[in-house]
Amino acid sequence: MNSAATAASEWYRPTSLADALAIRASARGAVVAIAGCTDLMVGWNAGSRRLPSVLDLSALPELGAIEVGPDAVTIGAAVCCARIAAHPAIAGRLPMLASSARQTGSIAIQNRATLGGNIMNASPAADNPPVLLAFGARVTLASVRGSRTLDYAAFHTGYKRTLAEPDELLVSVTVPYPAPGASSHYRKVGTRRAQAISKVALAALIETTDRAEDGTRRVRDARFGFASAGPVPLTAPSLSAALRDSPLPAIDRLLVERALASDLSPIDDIRSTAAYRRQVAVNLVMAALAEASQVP
Amino acid sequence: MNFARTLEFTLNGRVLSGADGSIASPSMRLLDLLRLQAGQTGTKEGCGEGECGACAVLVDGEVVNSCLVPVGQLHGRTVMSIEGLPRTDPLLEAFARAGATQCGICTPGMILAARALLDRQPDPSLDEVREALAGNLCRCTGYARIYAAVLDAATVRGGDA
Ligand SMILES: Cc1cc2nc3c(=O)[nH]c(=O)nc-3n(C[C@H](O)[C@H](O)[C@H](O)COP(=O)(O)OP(=O)(O)OC[C@H]3O[C@@H](n4cnc5c(N)ncnc54)[C@H](O)[C@@H]3O)c2cc1C
Ligand code: FES
Ligand code: FES
Repeated sequence: MNSAATAASEWYRPTSLADALAIRASARGAVVAIAGCTDLMVGWNAGSRRLPSVLDLSALPELGAIEVGPDAVTIGAAVCCARIAAHPAIAGRLPMLASSARQTGSIAIQNRATLGGNIMNASPAADNPPVLLAFGARVTLASVRGSRTLDYAAFHTGYKRTLAEPDELLVSVTVPYPAPGASSHYRKVGTRRAQAISKVALAALIETTDRAEDGTRRVRDARFGFASAGPVPLTAPSLSAALRDSPLPAIDRLLVERALASDLSPIDDIRSTAAYRRQVAVNLVMAALAEASQVP
Repeated sequence: MNFARTLEFTLNGRVLSGADGSIASPSMRLLDLLRLQAGQTGTKEGCGEGECGACAVLVDGEVVNSCLVPVGQLHGRTVMSIEGLPRTDPLLEAFARAGATQCGICTPGMILAARALLDRQPDPSLDEVREALAGNLCRCTGYARIYAAVLDAATVRGGDA
């Protein structure tokens, strides 16, 4: 057993955010923050049994709540995916987020995997970040120096790099409600439903104008989030710009393909190839647009 | 105020604590505590990475993979491993009747994942059973008999109520 190795490390379980931030500040990165451990403990098992000192975030009330506001839902960073998927206001007003949470691994994983861990682990394949990007979410970080709220779209700066400083914790994520009648959907293309890491995933939020006299409707605003299509979870600014005011459903596949060519930078890896990922990304966007044109 | 000594949780009706040594260290995996320290070997280790569900247990009634849970996070919680499941649980009979067990490695995790499902949804559809058990791998049975057993146990329970 590993008691000799683990005896040396500290285990902190603060019950207030202020205490947690003080520990985070004094430890200068030498203490690992843990939430649901579904990313962290995979490494611990495979690697050395010598565990680092630990700052357990699971007893912090400030990170554990879901607050339903008039314009947005604010979700504590330590709320698990199962709770997000089952929350009535999220299922009702942000169904795309309920959907991505329900696809974040098996139920045993969803019961532990937190939204904050999914973001801070900073995997380009993670399921919830694309949805947060499409919804235009904001993230709130805190340290002993104070707290700040940022646009999530700017948060991932490079592979496994984010704007969070080493002394900061992610406190919450605020997700604004989309315009009434907007069409949203999250599609993950993987090998198996519940567990597979995505080969490509798309979150799409599409607002359309009312039907004109000739029955057509136009894209008012379309926002996207992609997983596994580049080094970080990506938005698709060129595609969003190209689609603005375009009539549905007459959108040309080539237009989508061209826009995505500059928005995405997929790679070849064991799960798939870059070329296949580009194809799938285009297909997913076309399907989302077709769905948006069906909205009554 | 050393957290390791104040740590306490309930396992199958028995209180374990850091103070009396029944929890060696907060950073221990729940799976190791069960098998190596508490001598409860019904919980199995398949992958050690959250992929197979052989190590599944219930924490406050929710299914989790014990290979990914450090016991320090269980303070104040209630853990049930397969040893804690009442002998009268209809899932046990149903698994036997349906021939849902071959080598048996997946069975404890399957039964606990199914128990969590039936507590939440006493009358599940086949799709709901599939989804609830999607994190539990079985190399032997091909799953059909396992799903049938869970659906069968649901009807037994429904009849009781
Ligand atoms: C079998 C299996 C299947 C999986 N399937 C999927 C899947 O389908 N889709 C998917 O997206 N993911 C999947 N995952 C990955 C993982 O479950 C998710 O990324 C999960 O959301 C991580 O959350 P956690 O709470 O477990 O994070 P932890 O493992 O506790 O932490 C992850 C990282 O985030 C940091 N961190 C956590 N919270 C905070 C905070 N509040 N502030 C600052 N830093 C923080 C930690 O220090 C660590 O670096 C899977 C994992 C496993 C083991
Ligand atoms: S041993 Fe825990 S999920 Fe496989
Ligand atoms: S019975 Fe052998 S793994 Fe399921």
